[in-house]
Formats: sequence, structure tokens, C-alpha cells
Amino acid sequence: MVAVYIIIGVVVVLLIAFLILYNGLVRLRNQVKNAWAQIDVQLKRRHDLIPNLVETVKGYMKYERETLEAVTKARNLALQASSAGAGERAKAEGELSSALSRLLAVVERYPDLKANQNFLALQEELTSTENKISFSRQFYNDSVLRYNNQTQMVPSNIVASMGGFKASEFFEVTAAPEREPVKVSFTQ
Amino acid sequence: MVMGALLILIGYFLGLYFGSAIAGLIIALLVWAVLSLVAYFQGDSILLSMSGAKKISRDDHPRLYNVVEEMKIASGLEKMPDIYIIDDPALNAFATGRDPNRASVAITSGLLQKLNRDELQGVIGHEISHIKNRDVLLMAMCSILLGTIVLLAWYGSRFLIFGGTGSRRSSSSGGGGGALIIILVVALVFMILAPIMAQLIYFAISRKREYLADASSALYTRYPEGLASALEKLGTSTGQLKSANQATSPMYIVNPFRKKGMQASDLTSTHPPLSKRIRILRAMAGASFNDYDQAYRQVYQGGKGIIPGAGLAAGTVPIATIKLEGEAGELNEIQRARETSDVMWRLSNYNTITCDCGAKLRVPPQFKEPQIKCPHCGRTHPVPRT
Repeated sequence: MVAVYIIIGVVVVLLIAFLILYNGLVRLRNQVKNAWAQIDVQLKRRHDLIPNLVETVKGYMKYERETLEAVTKARNLALQASSAGAGERAKAEGELSSALSRLLAVVERYPDLKANQNFLALQEELTSTENKISFSRQFYNDSVLRYNNQTQMVPSNIVASMGGFKASEFFEVTAAPEREPVKVSFTQ
Repeated sequence: MVMGALLILIGYFLGLYFGSAIAGLIIALLVWAVLSLVAYFQGDSILLSMSGAKKISRDDHPRLYNVVEEMKIASGLEKMPDIYIIDDPALNAFATGRDPNRASVAITSGLLQKLNRDELQGVIGHEISHIKNRDVLLMAMCSILLGTIVLLAWYGSRFLIFGGTGSRRSSSSGGGGGALIIILVVALVFMILAPIMAQLIYFAISRKREYLADASSALYTRYPEGLASALEKLGTSTGQLKSANQATSPMYIVNPFRKKGMQASDLTSTHPPLSKRIRILRAMAGASFNDYDQAYRQVYQGGKGIIPGAGLAAGTVPIATIKLEGEAGELNEIQRARETSDVMWRLSNYNTITCDCGAKLRVPPQFKEPQIKCPHCGRTHPVPRT
């Protein structure tokens, strides 16, 4: 009789442990998903800001057609890559970032732009969006790390393989210039 | 937890006086429950209205809004906290709200104009991590427990001194009298010590949460220097915040009651000394909790670390090296002061008209004329109606 109780007790404890681990994994997976959605929002915001920026800057920049076109092209490529996986996407966005930083570097030659209120507001938005992209990537990668650790470590890896929890991909920065925030240095 | 136990023990000794321990416990718990409920549901709005904070939207101050949003993203908070500005030249900021989904951050206009973007990010990161770590709720509960302990201990000791002993002794029979006196003496000592102990525990918890928030801010921003240099600016000012009081002080980024030259390393401060906080942040080799913990040990010369489980956290987190310091169209301090004062005037429903001669006219809401004359150059301007 005692043995039966012990077996029942062990089964119940195992079941509870399984449930806790499973729920923990679900929570982490959702966090990864949310973090990914957040990156998505910010990248989209950048895509939306760029036509505005190009439009504002165009009037002032007579000799930078190539640079402007490069930005527009990089943006369109990044838009196309929106549905791709994390790796490919990071590459396209990295190229957009470097095109953008080239544009913002030449802006310095146009002092008239500095006085443009519209441009100043745009600049704050752009700086902040760049920050938000890197912060959301940071949070995404932290979440992926936590989630992947959980799916690989004993004992939760057993639960993970039973529940079909697969490791997630990091959002790595491939193009070197993307690592730095765009230097927006047009006012002095 | 310790304070909860102290509270219950006080209730128990009070109960001895009233004849049953249970009655004392119930009194203690009732007082505690009422205070907790008030703090839980009304704490944030009480605090904000006491400090005269004004809520802002994205359009009022895009930079502040953006910085808060950046930190919200970095910390993984789910909901954007409300943002308030307090019109006060003192330099301070605080966070409030009972849970991460219903939180607010507030910053004084003085601090807002003093800090550049990186520093502002560090300060907001500190406040957001108070929200993320649920420090607001924790400190509110602790301070209520503390208050309850002090309250009950005060009444309890009065009862014991002015009447408790006499009446109890006469009602008890010979042999039990001696034991009862011993209990009462113990109770009296306890009544005196409990509030002091509770206070020290409370301060210790508060300081620990400050270190944790500093470490989190460094982790979120990946740039400890931002917060360090903000704290340095905070340290140079001694202006005390008009609206602060003892109960709300752990919520602020620096102790609102500190005085110049005061070495606040003693046991009776809600905040660790600023100079130590700055040195720890500057000694960080990376931006992770582990790095903060090591920097802490270095500054305090050995001993235990401050962040629980820091060694388990991700090993190396590099510090961001490229920062928008001074460039990036950053406003300088004068420009920030103008910007902030514009916001404050607008929040008080003043109309701001910029005259062609460069003067700014602030039109109060009770000004009813359709036109206004510039006192500098005499041009007339139409007054926009809102």
C-alpha cells in the first residue's frame, strides 16, 4: 500500500515539474516572439521615415543624387527582405544603415539644412529609431539566449524536445558599419 | 518578510495587554491591510499629485518621450509608462506605479534641461528598471510595514509603561506575577527596538534596490558612463525637492534630502552615497550584472557582491563605444533650458507667440483680448484661441 502511495506521489511531482518547465518554455518563446515583433515595428518605422528624409533633404542637396538613390534602393531591398529570416534580414538592414550613414555624413556640407525645423524633428526621430532598433535587437538576442539555454539545459531540454520547442536564431549584425548608430552630425 | 514578522510579534505583545494574542494580531493586520490597500490602488496618483507633476505626450517633448520608449524597449517592458514633468529646479527623477503595466516616470524640469541625451537615457534606464524590478511596489509595502510597526510600537510602549504592568499584576495570582513581569520587560524592550530595527532593514533594502537599478540601467543602455555623468551632475546640486517627503524618498534617483558634504554611507540613508555609485559605474569593464558586481567589490574592497546571482548572468556584455556625445545635433544646455521652459509654459495653458523681433510672448490663459502687443517692438499679434 505504501509503495502505491510513493509511486503516485512521484508521478504527481514529476507531472508538476513537467508543467512548470513547459510553461516556462512557452513564456520564453512568447517573449522571443514579442521581441521579434518589436524589432519589426522599429525597422518598419525606419522604412517609413526614409522617404520623408529623402524628400526633405532633396531640395538642399543638389550634388548628392547618387547617395540619395543608394538610400532609396537599400530601403526597397530591405522592404523586400522583411519577410525573410533573421539572418538575411539583418544583412539587408545593415546595408540600409550604412547607406543612411553615408547620406547623413554628406548632410554636413549643407548648413541650410541645420536651420530647417522639419529636418531637426526628423533627425531626432531618426536618432531615436536607430537607438530603438539596437535596443530591440539587444532585447531580442537576450531573450533568444535565455530561451535557447532553456531548450538545451537539463532537465528542461527533455520537456523542450517533447513539446517541440526549437532553438531560435539570433539577430546578428553582419555588415560592420551597422554596429554603430548612424552618426547624425549636421548641426555643428 | 522580516518586517512582517516584526509586525506580527508586536501585534502579539499588544494582544497580551488586551487579553488575547489573536485580538492584537487582528488589529495589526487590519491596520496593515488598510494602509496597503490605499497604497496599492492610490499610491501612484497620490505621489504624482503631491509632487505637482504634469503629464506630457509625445508632442510636448519628443526627445524625452523617445528616450523613455527606448528604455522601455531595452528593458522589455510591455507597456509604455506615463511620463510626467515636475516644474522644479531641483535635480531629481522618480518612478511609480504598482505594477509594470501601470507605471509612470517623472522628472523635474531642472534635471531635464541639465542632462544630455546619453545622461537622460541613463537616468530613465534607472527609473525604468525600478518599474521592471517592481521596486515601487516593494518599497511601498516596506514603508507601510515600517510605518505600521512604528505606530503600533509607539502605542504599545505607552500602554505598557502607563498602566499595563499595574493592572495586569493585580489581576494575576501570586506565582504567575514574576513570569508576567519578565514577559512585559521583554515586550517593552522589543517595542523600543523593533521600530529601529525595522528602519535599518528598510534602508538596507532601499540601498540594495538602488544598486540593482544602477546595474540594470548600465545593462539596458550598454553605457554606464551615461548614468555616471548624470549622477555627477546630480551631485553638484543641493537643491532640495519641495514636494518630496520621507515616505516617498526611496523612489527618487538621488535622495531628495541629502545635504552638501554629507557622507551618506551611514546606515540611515535610503540611497547609497553618490560618489560610490559613480565610482562603481566607472569601474565597470562591461555592461553586464556580473561586471557591476565586480566593480562593486572593487570599490568596496572585497566582501560580498550586491547583485544576487550575478555570476550566473550572461558573461560578457560589451559597452557601446560609439556615442552621440556632443554631436548628433544635440542641444546645448541653454537650448535645452528654452525647450523645457516652453514645455512648462504650454503645460500651464499659456500661449507662446514668437514675435518677429525675437521676443517670446507668454500669454496666460485668462488673457481674453483677441490681440496682443509686443512690449519690445510694438507689433500686434492675434492671440490664438484654444
